Amino acid sequence: MAAISEKAKGQQRLIVSVSPHIRSEVTVSRIMWTVSASLLPALVMGVYFFGPKALGIVALCVVCSVGFEHLIGNAMGKAGTISDGSAFLTGLLLGMNLPASLWSVNPFMLHVPILGSLFAIVITKLLFGGLGYNIFNPALMGRAFLLVSWPRAMTTWLAPTATFVGLDAKTTATPLGILKEEGVGKLMEIFGTKGNLYLHLLIGDRAGSIGEVSVLALLIGGLFLLYKKYITWHIPVSFLATVGVIVWIFGGKDPATGHLALFTGDPVMHLLSGGLMLGAFFMATDYVTGPQLRSAQVIFGIGCGLITCLIRLLGGFPEGVMFAILLMNCFAPLIDRAVKTKPFGFREVKA
Amino acid sequence: MPTFAGGVHPPDKKELSEGKPITPLKAPGRVVVLLRQHIGAPAKATVSIGDEVRIGTVVGRPEGFVSAPVHASVSGKVIAIGEFPTAMGRPAEAVVIENDGKEQWEELKEAPGFMELSPEQIKEKIKAAGIVGMGGATFPTVVKLSPPKEKPVDVVIVNGAECEPYLTADHRLMLERPGDVVNGLRMIMRSLGVKKGYVGIEDNKPDAIAEMRKAASAYPDVEVISLRVKYPQGAEKMLIKAVTGREVPPRALPMDVGVVVQNVGTTVAVYEAVRFGRPLVERVVTVTGEGIREPKNLMARIGAPVSGLIEACGGFSGEVAKVVAGGPMMGFAISSLEVPVTKGTSGILVLPQEGIFHADDFKPCIRCSRCVDVCPMGLTPGLLSVLAEKGYYEEAKTHNLFDCFECGSCAFVCPSKRPIVQLVRLAKSMVKP
Repeated sequence: MAAISEKAKGQQRLIVSVSPHIRSEVTVSRIMWTVSASLLPALVMGVYFFGPKALGIVALCVVCSVGFEHLIGNAMGKAGTISDGSAFLTGLLLGMNLPASLWSVNPFMLHVPILGSLFAIVITKLLFGGLGYNIFNPALMGRAFLLVSWPRAMTTWLAPTATFVGLDAKTTATPLGILKEEGVGKLMEIFGTKGNLYLHLLIGDRAGSIGEVSVLALLIGGLFLLYKKYITWHIPVSFLATVGVIVWIFGGKDPATGHLALFTGDPVMHLLSGGLMLGAFFMATDYVTGPQLRSAQVIFGIGCGLITCLIRLLGGFPEGVMFAILLMNCFAPLIDRAVKTKPFGFREVKA
Repeated sequence: MPTFAGGVHPPDKKELSEGKPITPLKAPGRVVVLLRQHIGAPAKATVSIGDEVRIGTVVGRPEGFVSAPVHASVSGKVIAIGEFPTAMGRPAEAVVIENDGKEQWEELKEAPGFMELSPEQIKEKIKAAGIVGMGGATFPTVVKLSPPKEKPVDVVIVNGAECEPYLTADHRLMLERPGDVVNGLRMIMRSLGVKKGYVGIEDNKPDAIAEMRKAASAYPDVEVISLRVKYPQGAEKMLIKAVTGREVPPRALPMDVGVVVQNVGTTVAVYEAVRFGRPLVERVVTVTGEGIREPKNLMARIGAPVSGLIEACGGFSGEVAKVVAGGPMMGFAISSLEVPVTKGTSGILVLPQEGIFHADDFKPCIRCSRCVDVCPMGLTPGLLSVLAEKGYYEEAKTHNLFDCFECGSCAFVCPSKRPIVQLVRLAKSMVKP
């Protein structure tokens, strides 16, 4: 008791700091690791369809991203940032955005994921000041850099081998690629019915980047993030809705003439294919490179959707999600500034 | 259920002390009565060293309109007048009284017909009793009750939200003295000529809501409103929004939308002042937190040292990191346990080492929008913190810096653990509003 009263008389050193004195349990690292975990279902499906090569690519990207963050980060005087999990997440996303065909020793292609990780972590993030200061989504910048540097390798897609067990991996085109080059008739020829096409797209039994193929698995992860409130509906819903509406209006062609036929597009096919689900739930929702205000996020999502459609329907590439998000990343601060918030009780002063 | 947009749900920790009835704390051997226990001009000492005082003797008289008198809280002799440490950090002038243990009161003027007093008489008694907002803001009550003619007030709200985690002082008062709260509210309504009074209580205190409803049942003009549990539901603007739907504009006062808000403790003090002529010399203080052995709700004399309250609760239960005057969201971490209880001390919170975040251990803003979602004032706290950190104070001002009332919701949710309130205060101190 004597000891207590000694302490109670102010013998102890007390911490003095500004309120609040309690903090929530959510930390940057918890967010990054949770988002990484929510990508696991899609990764598992990718590995199931494309085999161990897929796992090899993703693992290589993760190891390289974390390694570059550690080495270059330390050299730049930003030590100890790998524990926040953001480099891991960047590596994971980059790997999931690459074709499994890159896991190839003859011809040697392993430098592609390694250089992609370098570009994502060092050029896109660390040189701009590290986490929180980068303008562009690092994983997508890494992928964009690879796409323009090794366009052939980056568009060599393995057929989903889970349905061809025992055969050597064949290469094929993605559904969006077939749609762009050969038209909807060819797709129907391959998949038979629309229902069968949708089912393949939903499960992920199709050619594409490792992590983008299984829409079902991506939705599970995305809904989990929504449930955890780590992301909100604003960006994914506005992004997806815009793509759906624009494709429905402008995405159809008259089968006889090949001319544009309004209101005959197939939004379901577009929503389920390419990197749209991965992009809308996991890349466009990146905190650092998107707008901060909810209303600005809706504008951002609509912008992403418009550019995606512009590229898919009129551009040279079959897929446009990556460039759409990167382009909108530039506008994120501007949109934030344009919408501004209305403070509580604020009223327009009447003249 | 009525509430406001934004806000957070910190663990409320009320269970530590909500079941503990208010118990009187033995009058200390010495009290340090600060001359400034309110917003506005400090009181001016009216006693000299060596003077004999009784409980209720005025030791400081108000200087100006926005000010309040302070009274001796023990009987005995004035032994010092000088600067003493305060919870806010800066030392301030105080009158130190040595207790003679005789507990002699000044003669009090009772008013048995207290509900027949005129508004002017009620206000005079409230002013003389030195009553200030006891929720922590310590704005002199009589000033709130004297709105200018062009701002007619039609609603009085008693703030029973007690949205700060841990604190249970108002909860206990509503449970143990519901009739006094209602009578205090009716006196305030009478002084303003207001016909409608509300008591707003957060839904996590169903027993208090029931008691208050029972006590108010005889008065059709008094209504008890159950509010959604969400911090900062008890912030004046948020409470007014939830109860009346009215929004107080930026920089305006509640009276600009016809509302006066009073805290539960203040309302009971008003009742005691008007009915019994009793000055404000003691208050309920919740002594709580994981670092205190036996949490309690104490009726403590104004001027009692915090160390005495801690001892009365069995002392610290282990290594203590912080002692906070007030609640965990907006309270002040104190550097010395010799800091005295003031009219605004709603609680003493003792926090152990675990769970403490150190202010310098923060990361860059990742723009996750959590702060924007929770800000009850509709601001962009993360951006304000970045602007303040980089020294762009003028630009922070254009982002409504001065509308922030520092509730701390943003810093609570920040995953980068940024000291947003600290940075906002820095910016506020560097530019003129």
